[in-house]
Amino acid sequence: MSTDVVACPDCDLLQRIPALSPGGTACCTRCGRKLATCQPGSLERTTALAVAAAIVFLITNMEPLMGLSLSGREASTTIAGGVWQMWVQGERITALFIALFAVIAPALQIGFLLAILLSVRRPPAPLWVGALLRWVEIAGSWSMVEVMMLGILVSLVKIAAVARVVPGVGIFAAGGLILLLAAMSSSFDPREAWSRVRWVNGEGPQRAPPSAGKDATEAGR
Amino acid sequence: MTAVSRTGMREGFVSCEACGLLSRPAGAEEPGECPRCGEELEYRRRDAIQRTWALVITAAICYLPANILPVMRTTTLTSEKTDTIIGGVIRLYASGSWFLALILLIASVMIPLSKLAALVYLLVTVQRGSARNNRERARLYRLMEIIGRWSMVDVFVATFAVGLVRLRPLMSVAPESGVLFFSAVVILTILAAESFDPRLIWDSGHGKQETND
Repeated sequence: MSTDVVACPDCDLLQRIPALSPGGTACCTRCGRKLATCQPGSLERTTALAVAAAIVFLITNMEPLMGLSLSGREASTTIAGGVWQMWVQGERITALFIALFAVIAPALQIGFLLAILLSVRRPPAPLWVGALLRWVEIAGSWSMVEVMMLGILVSLVKIAAVARVVPGVGIFAAGGLILLLAAMSSSFDPREAWSRVRWVNGEGPQRAPPSAGKDATEAGR
Repeated sequence: MTAVSRTGMREGFVSCEACGLLSRPAGAEEPGECPRCGEELEYRRRDAIQRTWALVITAAICYLPANILPVMRTTTLTSEKTDTIIGGVIRLYASGSWFLALILLIASVMIPLSKLAALVYLLVTVQRGSARNNRERARLYRLMEIIGRWSMVDVFVATFAVGLVRLRPLMSVAPESGVLFFSAVVILTILAAESFDPRLIWDSGHGKQETND
């Protein structure tokens, strides 16, 4: 389509993305920022991972994370249960933050990505896919399932000092969700998706890009 | 090597922050919109330095109540005690879980403080027009973006303790206002890192290319 010249998002250096071998990564020659990857089959693989992540996400949110028993009395909590207790007991803003980081952001991240992946299968994809590509990045940056997992483990150990705690299905699902989200994000190639989206100006590339002096560095496979 | 680096801005091109497309701007003052995705184009993030300073200062102010105020209150039949962030770390250490105590110490105390220090360092060096240690400063910025979120751990710990331990009157845990300030610190430092523009690190120094071999 065009000679692949980009300006590094982190240092603005102009450079050409070289033809990459499968599995290869191009990094900025000046600051080392990753600029492009070559992942054959990225769309299919990411779709499969996103579907799996969606299923495991539902399990993580529906099953109890852990149970507690003390002197014959029992209690258990889900993610929503923790958020709800924070809300009820007066820390409403914090409850909203937790809901955002642990539930809403990951849900949007998976949902938006699935919508993107399905609609770029037949290029050119409609304009709203571009908006979703922007939003999926924002949702991803606020999705903190892995931080939540560490928080669950720490609270489990802390409470285990005073009562008997039993890990629930939710904890194991959360562990799986972390792996799936990481695999999903790393196998997704946003450059590939962007190249399949219809242009706002309705024309596509028109002005000749500059001739870049250097090729970006190709890191090992 | 002292050749001037060919950056997008110097060559009269602007890179879209949303989709990464490099294009010729509509005008020098008003770059217009990205022809591919319609995002408003900017050579550099607008008012990056002022915004980052404002967020860093606000985060630093919130850091005090975040550490002074308790984050949770544990009520049992016979006692009632409150825990601050640091108090929780000390209690974990005293109860023998030194490894968890270390994790919480790093996540809740060292990461927010070093993140604030790193942002101040980046802001000051950029404002002074420093051209030294560019690669290291770029790496510092990227590292900060990755580790910042882990400070949220203590808020999650409080949330799940509150969610699970509600066996009134036997034992119950309630949140205290420290969690709000602590989440504010984490969110403000994440926003501060996002509003900073790492390209500013490379803009100074009269555009001389760094020799880095």
